[in-house]
Amino acid sequence: MAEFEPVLMARIGKPDATSLASYQADGGYDGLKKALSMAPAEVTDIVKASGLRGRGGAGFPCGLKWTFLPKDHPGPIYLCVNADESEPGTFNNRVIMEGDPHQIIEGIAIACRAIKAQTAYIYLRYEFGKSYRVLQNAIDECYAANLLGKNILGTDFCLDVYLHRGAGAYICGEETGLIESLEGKRAWPRIKPPFPAIEGLFRKPTIVNNIETLACVTHIVRRGVDWFRSMGVPPDPNNPRDPGSFGPKLYCISGHVNKPGCYELPLGVTARQLIEEQGGGVWKGRKVKAVVPGGISMGFLSADELDTPLDFSGPGKAGCLGLGTAAVVVIDDHTSMVDVLFNCCRFMAHESCGQCTPCREGTDWMRKILERIRSGFGKSKDLDLLMEVAGSMGIIPGTTICGLSDGAAWPVKNAIKKFRGEFEEYIAKGMKSELPVLVDAH
Amino acid sequence: MGALSEEIRERIRAEFPKYPNKRAVTLNALHIVQDAQRQVSIEAMREIAELLELHPAEVHDTMSFYGFFRDEKAPLGKKRVWVCRSISCMLRGGEELLADVCHDLGVKPGETTADGEVTLEFAECLGVCEGAPCVLVNDECYPNMTAESTRELIKKP
Repeated sequence: MAEFEPVLMARIGKPDATSLASYQADGGYDGLKKALSMAPAEVTDIVKASGLRGRGGAGFPCGLKWTFLPKDHPGPIYLCVNADESEPGTFNNRVIMEGDPHQIIEGIAIACRAIKAQTAYIYLRYEFGKSYRVLQNAIDECYAANLLGKNILGTDFCLDVYLHRGAGAYICGEETGLIESLEGKRAWPRIKPPFPAIEGLFRKPTIVNNIETLACVTHIVRRGVDWFRSMGVPPDPNNPRDPGSFGPKLYCISGHVNKPGCYELPLGVTARQLIEEQGGGVWKGRKVKAVVPGGISMGFLSADELDTPLDFSGPGKAGCLGLGTAAVVVIDDHTSMVDVLFNCCRFMAHESCGQCTPCREGTDWMRKILERIRSGFGKSKDLDLLMEVAGSMGIIPGTTICGLSDGAAWPVKNAIKKFRGEFEEYIAKGMKSELPVLVDAH
Repeated sequence: MGALSEEIRERIRAEFPKYPNKRAVTLNALHIVQDAQRQVSIEAMREIAELLELHPAEVHDTMSFYGFFRDEKAPLGKKRVWVCRSISCMLRGGEELLADVCHDLGVKPGETTADGEVTLEFAECLGVCEGAPCVLVNDECYPNMTAESTRELIKKP
C-alpha cells in the first residue's frame, strides 16, 4: 500500500487540470499516439492482457468484450460510453469527469482505435450539468487540436465524440436500456442475445464501456500491462474461472463516516481499511451496523464482515451480489435497518422500468410491505413473504430481462438474513419509523 | 402550428448530423423544448414528431417514460429544485431536508409555487453522495445542504 501511486485521480485538483494544455504537459495523449502506431488488434491484446474488468458494476473483462465484435465488419461500429452513473452511493465517474476529463476522452479514442469505431456517444445522466460542460469543453479543445475529427494526428484514424444527455432514469445505466434511450425510445432493456457487440446501437455492432474503465485504458496503454497487474488481487488458483481483480479502483465512501469522498486504491482493500483509513472512522464516535459494499443493489455486509476485501470476488463470498460500483455506504448503529431497507426498496420501485412483470410488481410490493412495517403494522409473516418475493424476481431465478430486479432483491435478502432479529423485534413491538416520508414512490 | 419557434426548430435540426437517424434526436428535442417553454405541450409533441419524421405517439411514448418531462397539465416553474432522498442523503438528513423545503415553499414534491417561481421535486440519487444531503437546482448540484442554505439558494436570482 505504501508505494501505491494514484493515477486516475493524480491530476484532480491541480490548477487548470481540465485544460488540454495542462493535460498534455503531463504526458496527455501519449497513450493515443502509442495506440495509433499500433494495429487495432494489438491495442485490444494489451487491454486483454492487463486483466482490466469493467468498472460499471458487472466486472466483465474489458478486452474480452471487445473481441466479441464481428471480425472484418464493414461498419459502422459504435462505442457507447456509459456515464449514466445512478447507483445510490456512486459518484466516482462524476469526480473524474469533472476533474480530469481528457484522460477519459483519450481512453475513448484509444478504445475506438482498438474496436475500429468512428463514432462514440457519451450517455451522460442529465443531473451531471457540470460534467456536461467540462466534457463538452474538453471535446471542443480536442477537435481544435486534431485529437478528434478527421485524420487524427495525420493518421487515417477518424473519430467523432458526441455527448448525449439522459433524462433522469436509472435503467439507462443498463447497457441495452442505454442503447434504446440513445435511439430516442423508452429505455426498456433488450433481450440478450444478441449482445450489443453483435447487434447494438442502431442495430450495429456496439461496445458499451463505463467511464472509469475507459480512463483505465488510457493508463494501461501509457504505462503498460505489468504496471496494471502489479496492483490488486490475482486469480483464485482454486477457481479456474476467476480472472482476478487487477489495477487501481475508485472507491466511493459515503453515509455515516467522518470523511466521505472518492479514493483511489488498489483493488482488494477491505471495507474496514476504507472506513478507518480513508473515511476517517464512523461519525459521532459510533459503531458500524451495516455497510453497502458497492451500491445498494449489492446488498449489505454486517459489522462482522468488515474484513471482506472489496475486489471483484470478495463481497460475493460474504453473500453480497458482488463488488458492484465499489460505492461503500456506511450505516451506523443508531440507524434502523427497516428505514434503510425501505429506502432501498422505494428506490427500486421508483426506478423499475415496468417492462417485466416480476420486477414491476415485485419491487412495488416489497416497498409496500416495508411501508407497512415502518408504519407499525408489520405482520410476523411479512419477512418470509419478502424473502419469497425477492427470491422470485431477477435474472438469477430467470424471470426478468435485466439485472435491475436482482439488484432490487439482494438488499432484501441480505437484510433479512443478516439482521432478522432486528426486523422481528420491530414488528413484534409495532415500532414506527421516525423519518418523515412525503411520497412513497411516484 | 406554432408551438415551436423557428429558433427552437433550428436548434433541434442542428442535432441531426450527430446521429444516423432523426428518431435519436427525440430526447435532445424534448430537452430543448422543455428548457425554453418549461413544458412539452401536446402541440409541441406533434411538431417535434413532424420534425423528426415520427408519429406523435412515438414521441409521446418516449416522453412519458421519462418522469423528467412535463406536459401542459403540470408545467415547471422558472427554477426546478430537486432534494435527494436516496440512501446516502437519507442517512444524513435528506428526508428531513425535503420536509423542511416543502414546508418553506408550501408545496409538495412535484408541485410548483403559486407565483410560478419554483418547482420542487424529490430526487433519486443525484450522485453527489460525498456531499449528502445534496440539492440540484436545474442541472447544478449543491452539496452539504441544510434547510437554511437551501432557502438561501432558492432565493438567489
